[in-house]
Amino acid sequence: MRGLVGWLSQVVVVTLLNLRTIGQRATSSMVAVVGIAGVVAVFVAVLSMAEGFRTTMANTGSPDTAIVMRSGADSEMVSALSLEDVRLIGDAAGVLRGAQGPVASGELFVIVDLNKRSTNTTANVPLRGVGPNAFEVRPNVRMVEGRRFETGRNELIVGRGAAGQFAGIEVGRTLKFGQSEWTVVGVFDAGGTYSDSELWCDAGVLQPAYRRGTTFQTVYAKLESAEAFTRFKDALTTDPRLNLKVLRETDYFAEQSQLVSTLITTLGAGIAFLMGIGAIFGAVNTMYSAVAARTREIATLRALGFSGGPVVVSVLVESLLLALIGGAIGGGLAYVGFNGFQTSTINWQTFSQVAFAFAVTPGLMVAGIVYALLMGLLGGLLPAVRAARLPIVAALREL
Amino acid sequence: MKYLPLVWRNLIRRKTRTTFTVLSIVVAFLLFGILAALNMAFGMGVELAGNDRLIITHKVSIIQLLPESYGARLETTPGVVEVLHQTYFGGIYQRPSNFFMQCPVQPDRLLKLYPEYLLPEDQKKAWLTDRTCAIVGRQTADRFGFKVGDRIPIQATIWRKRDNSASWEFNLCGIYDGDKKGVDTTQFFFNYEYFDEARQFGQGQVGWYVIRIDDPAAAPAIAERIDAQFANSFAETKTTTEKAFVQAFAKQVGDIGAIIRGIVTAVFFTILLVAANTMAQSVRERTSELAVLKTLGFSDALVLALVLVESCAIAVVGGAVGLGLAWVVTQGGDPTGGMLPAFFLPTADLVRGALFALALGVVAGILPAVQAMRLRIVDALRRS
Repeated sequence: MRGLVGWLSQVVVVTLLNLRTIGQRATSSMVAVVGIAGVVAVFVAVLSMAEGFRTTMANTGSPDTAIVMRSGADSEMVSALSLEDVRLIGDAAGVLRGAQGPVASGELFVIVDLNKRSTNTTANVPLRGVGPNAFEVRPNVRMVEGRRFETGRNELIVGRGAAGQFAGIEVGRTLKFGQSEWTVVGVFDAGGTYSDSELWCDAGVLQPAYRRGTTFQTVYAKLESAEAFTRFKDALTTDPRLNLKVLRETDYFAEQSQLVSTLITTLGAGIAFLMGIGAIFGAVNTMYSAVAARTREIATLRALGFSGGPVVVSVLVESLLLALIGGAIGGGLAYVGFNGFQTSTINWQTFSQVAFAFAVTPGLMVAGIVYALLMGLLGGLLPAVRAARLPIVAALREL
Repeated sequence: MKYLPLVWRNLIRRKTRTTFTVLSIVVAFLLFGILAALNMAFGMGVELAGNDRLIITHKVSIIQLLPESYGARLETTPGVVEVLHQTYFGGIYQRPSNFFMQCPVQPDRLLKLYPEYLLPEDQKKAWLTDRTCAIVGRQTADRFGFKVGDRIPIQATIWRKRDNSASWEFNLCGIYDGDKKGVDTTQFFFNYEYFDEARQFGQGQVGWYVIRIDDPAAAPAIAERIDAQFANSFAETKTTTEKAFVQAFAKQVGDIGAIIRGIVTAVFFTILLVAANTMAQSVRERTSELAVLKTLGFSDALVLALVLVESCAIAVVGGAVGLGLAWVVTQGGDPTGGMLPAFFLPTADLVRGALFALALGVVAGILPAVQAMRLRIVDALRRS
């Protein structure tokens, strides 16, 4: 027990001595800090992009809403439903009834070419034709500017994300698709969900404009409760007149986000991993030179009877401290520079744009710091061992 | 030349330090190479797009169909040499994640429009004569182990057959290669006539047109002529060069170029700092030696050169190894299995990387080198 206490007090003494002299090695310590900060900044920034995309998609939808497509369709874009299908789906068991019948909306999901502000090139912007109950199905959608479109008129409302990312859709502007002209009459906020990327209009007006006759692509249905989903799904899948795919809205959007967020995460993690190796080499150099600069000091301590362990610990603590500072700076930079940064990308699965904001979450910051500490630990290990193995006599003579 | 042993001695005096500096530079250039390949891939190989090809899509968006009858009118448009139409099939092979593009096309026209697709003679013959034939690019064939003679089942997502079944089967009778690196060999093509007869709806409707023009310089005029021809019809068109089309599509992902430049800058800034610091440190340690050299009659310029050569040697060795590794790594091609067909390291970027390595050596070495040059013998000797 006394041995342990003695050892610990040695550790504290040597470490403090060590930390007090960091100032004398400011330049080379700075290098390690900057190197690690750079890696952590890139790591957190890239992952915050994947996180932002994922959150936007994951927030979309509630568990008591179902989306119905034709069987075999893997996204709304390629689905097709007849008017009869839409009616049968609305009447199915489990659908919430409102003042105007079932709370379900037969919808069309198409794309329209608009100019993306950031690149000034055309982009596939999702345009959704919705039924009269769409706002009841999605209670989180509220108008923030202008008014809702009127049924039967060529009017559009645009999501907040879309309004920020694409040019020419300000309220009051007129757009021409094919032979029809459309007026933008309002901007809506869907609470940071996928719908924010979309343009909405009356499905009945969109059908002739896109030559869809009386067909729809999907039905969004509000259910009596989240538990009613199974009943609803069973009712539809056992109906011989129908050939449908029924999903919870939450599951559908989580699935839709997989490809892009996996791609960003994999690429980001790969780049950060390689950069991290580079930074470890940098840290190794810094710590070797720190040990070299303190050769006499360490040798003196050893001559006075301090054992090797505390010396190893002190070098590691120094390297971890530098890494911690670097990690905090890097995470901070990523937060200041990227958190909330609005952007948009194409979601391959629906072939259309999704607007989202980078999200530097506390979890990512912690991951960044853990990564920094790992780099510090690996960078400090070899130099620490060298410090402990220093032959005392030779080291004292060296200087 | 006779001073090289001196430079070498200085480099290996602190082996660990030199090794780790070189290694961190290796990592920087490995990253540089991989990012260059990614940039190429996300640009969808814009550089490879034919400048004598134009793409004609529906004006409102690419998902809307165009009449097949436009083909005949396009053929008679002055300046147009070849016409091909394509349609997005979007089927699933086994699992949705096994994505690759499938397109019904006119077999002979495909090969005329895309001479970069190379098909062995016997396979070409089958492709041109057998209506149930399909051909696939090398990359996708390797990914799923397709062989000539296989029957490939594809589940339709959009295009069901007349009997409402979603399963289509194709005889694979050819595997095409690209005539140069980066050519997209992920696509799967099959016979349009077979498709049009079998599909449930949409007869006579196609996705988009690809045309070849006789004079690339006349592209804007021809594009305008085509769009004017179909103006005020129910299916108005938008004609762009293949290059502009690919570029716009790549930009849909976002400004990948800017993101990658940002990362490369961060990496280089970091590594430069590490390397410069190491160089400065090793010169500082040798102050008295440098003074001795000068006393022996080494000129200021020579001392400057010696230090610079040392730092350039570190940077160039690190750069060469890093770029070499990147080249090896990118030889494997598309790491995502189909999403980034143009994933390869362009020669231009290899050259750029080599220049960067040299520049890194100069920038990292210049400060300590100048310090060494300006060193006053008396001061330096006294200081130690």
